[in-house]
Amino acid sequence: MSARLQKYSAPVIVLIVILFLWEGLVTVFQIEQFLLPKPTVIVSNLFKFVILTPEPVAEDTSEIEAALRSRGLFVSVPEATPPALLEPVMALQVFQFSISGRQIMLVKGANLTPLVQAGLFTLREALGGFAIGSTAGILVALATARWTTTREALLPFAIAANSMPIIAFAPIMNNWFGIDNPFSKMAIVAIMIFFPMMINTVRGLTLVDPRSLELMRSYAAGDFEILLKLRIPNSLPYLFNGFKVAAALSMIGAVVAEYFGGPRIALGVFITQEAALFRFSSAWAAIIIACIMGITLYVIILAVERLVMPWHVSYR
Amino acid sequence: MTEPTVSIQNVNKIFGQGTNNEVHALKDINLEIQPNEFISLIGPSGCGKSTLLRVVGDLITPTTGAITVNGKNAHQARLTRDYGMVFQAATLYEWRTVAKNVQLPLEIMNYSKQEKEARTNKMLALVELDEFHKHYPWQLSGGMQQRVAIARALAFEPSLLLMDEPFGALDEMTRERMNFELLSIWTKTNTTVIFVTHSITEAVFLSTRVAVMSARPGRLVHDIKIDLPQPRDNDTRENVRFFELETEVREALRESEGRRE
Repeated sequence: MSARLQKYSAPVIVLIVILFLWEGLVTVFQIEQFLLPKPTVIVSNLFKFVILTPEPVAEDTSEIEAALRSRGLFVSVPEATPPALLEPVMALQVFQFSISGRQIMLVKGANLTPLVQAGLFTLREALGGFAIGSTAGILVALATARWTTTREALLPFAIAANSMPIIAFAPIMNNWFGIDNPFSKMAIVAIMIFFPMMINTVRGLTLVDPRSLELMRSYAAGDFEILLKLRIPNSLPYLFNGFKVAAALSMIGAVVAEYFGGPRIALGVFITQEAALFRFSSAWAAIIIACIMGITLYVIILAVERLVMPWHVSYR
Repeated sequence: MTEPTVSIQNVNKIFGQGTNNEVHALKDINLEIQPNEFISLIGPSGCGKSTLLRVVGDLITPTTGAITVNGKNAHQARLTRDYGMVFQAATLYEWRTVAKNVQLPLEIMNYSKQEKEARTNKMLALVELDEFHKHYPWQLSGGMQQRVAIARALAFEPSLLLMDEPFGALDEMTRERMNFELLSIWTKTNTTVIFVTHSITEAVFLSTRVAVMSARPGRLVHDIKIDLPQPRDNDTRENVRFFELETEVREALRESEGRRE
């Protein structure tokens, strides 16, 4: 097994073990659905398997199938169903496959389409806030790196503000920009991200090896050249650390800001509404969507980081 | 007599003047360095030899006194790029390849693309790193990194090379090899070198002159001419005169230690 495969397979195995334990413990201890739904039930909100051809004969497989059917993950079509009745199901088909002569169809779950829509809506808010907040943070950091007095005046506030619960401003932003306006959520995300981005960038621009600076001075390099050829490349690892923190914060910020109200198509609103109606398995499905989007964002930043600074310690 | 490359007159440096932690780092330094000399500054640690080097290079302003380099004051000399600097740590920019590191001063000094490439090739050949143009600093050993730093310092042909314990972090074997290489580069390029070290052997082997400094406040207490034949080679280290000069420097150092106030 290659080292690379080993590196990635370990966490996947851990995930599978956790899911099995979760499913098993919830079943064995008969935990109520509204306390903790089973992973299979949560997933059935997003996908279902429709069995088109008759039941199997073997006992053991039928038992597992029965369990999955009771969780809504498997649905079988009664024999001799007229094709016309199957048409709405066929419309939801993702793809078809066959196992030991049985025709099985993967179809979209009832909540998949609304959840993907809601996820994209919330992702747009997160990305908008990410763009505004990180641009502003980097620009202010560049300005403070240039004018030391500004840095000394601003940095204590930035550090103080960084430990404030910015999310508490959500109702105020809803009031300023309108509850259904995505900008009210972008504003929260932008403020949340601004401070870590600014602090990280300032650190990267100023924590420069004094010898490297002396070298630049011995070449009689100007401030702008020092910024371009030394401070900015030096700040990249700090900048990407900032981006990683910001990516996680932006998804959290957008979803939690939506808990304080927003349009019905938003992920946070979907979660609060489903929870209020005791439909916890679909709330959990929404959380999965939010997780996938957060992780995707993070992975994209990792990939860009690798592209921009292949020389860095972490990639040797 | 020719005009000296470096002339240091009555230089004093007091750090934190007027505060409780006032440190008198350099006291009444007078020194003239002739073109093409290789002078080593040696002294107990904390004696201000690195400070003196930085005062010459206009990285630290002296409290009193004047520096003249090639007929200009130190500040003007820095602006006209008379200095090449090499530190104890190679101080390569880790995001630049070896070739790009050598080109750094050339970029800042707006050399043309052809000129940059020509000089990079020449310099990397000089330090025998022709095959490492595209490598990143972390892929090189400590000695190789230091050779890149020397190539970078020489790329714009400065008239004065300031070296602050450049081989201090290297092992003995690498250090001896680097000494040979530095001498061959010095003979080929006709630069004047000010070399800070705390190795007596290294100072005697490399230099045409060794300036011995006393502990704080740093003063020049001895100026020893190293009259060993050029070019220096392995036989130099076995020369009787080599041992005599080593002993002379060692005794001068011991004497300077005794003068500690």
